[in-house]
Amino acid sequence: MSEPITPFNAADWRPPSFIESSMLRWTLGLMMAVYLSIAVGSLDVNWSRLAEGMQRGGWFLAAFTSPDFTSQSRDILLGLEESLTMTLAATVIGVLLSIPVALGAAGNISPAPVYLLCRAFIGISRSFQEIILAIFFVAMFGFGPFAGLVTLSVATIGFFAKLLAEDIEAMDPVQAEAIKSTGAGWLQWINYGIQPQVMPRIIGLSLYRLDINFRESAVIGIVGGGGIGATLNTAFDRYEFETAAAILLIIIAIVMIAEYTSSIVREKVQ
Amino acid sequence: MLKLENLSKQYDKGDEALKEISLEVPAGQIVALIGPSGAGKSTLIRCINRLVEPTTGTVVLDELNITSLKGRALRLARRQMAMIFQEYALIERLTVMENVLSGQLGYVGFLHSFFRRFPTEIVNEAYEILGRVDLQEHLYKRADELSGGQRQRVGIARAMLQRPRLLLVDEPTASLDPRTSRQIMRLLSEICQERDLTALVNIHDVALAQVFVDRIIGLKNGEIVFDGKSDELDDDTLTHIYGKEDWATLRQTGADDSAGSIRGGSISESSDEHMRGLS
Repeated sequence: MSEPITPFNAADWRPPSFIESSMLRWTLGLMMAVYLSIAVGSLDVNWSRLAEGMQRGGWFLAAFTSPDFTSQSRDILLGLEESLTMTLAATVIGVLLSIPVALGAAGNISPAPVYLLCRAFIGISRSFQEIILAIFFVAMFGFGPFAGLVTLSVATIGFFAKLLAEDIEAMDPVQAEAIKSTGAGWLQWINYGIQPQVMPRIIGLSLYRLDINFRESAVIGIVGGGGIGATLNTAFDRYEFETAAAILLIIIAIVMIAEYTSSIVREKVQ
Repeated sequence: MLKLENLSKQYDKGDEALKEISLEVPAGQIVALIGPSGAGKSTLIRCINRLVEPTTGTVVLDELNITSLKGRALRLARRQMAMIFQEYALIERLTVMENVLSGQLGYVGFLHSFFRRFPTEIVNEAYEILGRVDLQEHLYKRADELSGGQRQRVGIARAMLQRPRLLLVDEPTASLDPRTSRQIMRLLSEICQERDLTALVNIHDVALAQVFVDRIIGLKNGEIVFDGKSDELDDDTLTHIYGKEDWATLRQTGADDSAGSIRGGSISESSDEHMRGLS
């Protein structure tokens, strides 16, 4: 109230800078520029190898103009069936298992020991990329779609439980309080006070994860997890670029269909 | 009927929200709790049904010591104390009927409530209560499609289906316009009479409280600074509770039309701000 007011000049007004000290601002900028130039300079590019690779890449791209769906059609269909089964089963199993984990990992509704346990589980499952998990499970269960199924399920739990727990933490606590004040039991409290609030997120995330799991199933096949990835890998190994192109086109088509349908469903669920 | 003895609440941060509150409410009485924001009104009513755990002291409801209960016994006690909230606290994505039926959660088993198979007589009762609060036509609507006043009436219907003996009402009108506020307060007091309920109502609007309640308790910094009949509340007491303000003018506009009381309040407050800014 009584502090001295510097006269306000409208022409001088600027929004405050993100970094207040101009010295620090310029130093940081300069350091970034130096680091970037050193980093680019340290890249050791083998130009002749690059030229060769470009040529091979060209063949591969050319194969897309004449994709071969027919000569390996049995393998492709089998791989697709395996992948789709694996994807759907892993998503359902993963989502079902991740709901209790998410409840435990939501700090606002679960006691500290349960919270830490669930967060640790999520942390571990997320710190391994799907490929690493797949290599581990292939070693454990042998080649084939079962290893892929377990990989995708575990990856789904980490992803889904974390995001769902965050949604539970961001819920409106008063709605949950209102249900508690009716004398509801714990399960009823979850079912009435919390579930309706997070249902759109559950549906949206499930569809999104279905989509991710299908894409991942193609990669997992390459390290022995079965499915369309295995078929794709075989095609590459035999230099059957036309067949590989056909498989990739199918994958793109399926992912786009999944993307489109899930966006429609997510819009409907609010 | 309801008896609080030396009830205190200290939050983890160290601030004492309630200091040794003792009071007694006889059956059938409607009591308004008034006081500035942060006086401990919300904490007080949440300590009664233990949504907030009191630090020390006891709450006794008809000989039953609420503060010592655990688990199932606590849930059974909560059934008898229905709560009505400031922002309605309806489950936004459920229908009006499901919201009303959720008042019965303390009575039915999990599977019945999960599949929404409530006993027929309960569904009937819910329908009748919806008639009482004039919402039968909105039965199938989702709660978030309703207006503020309608939502609060769903909140009241939910509380009624709980078949409570005590109503804990937390700022029922704070999110509503003046006219709707009056209607809601009138509905609440009518329902308390019809069903012989005791009620504890947190409320900001002093003029509105004086019209509809029997007894007013003033809270300030977690302590009771006034306890008496509505008409015993005078300007000096209000100044003691809230700080200096031209109460006579506010009350006068409030009596003409409760819209005035809110408008009057906000004008004097904003002109205050304005003057402070200039000096």
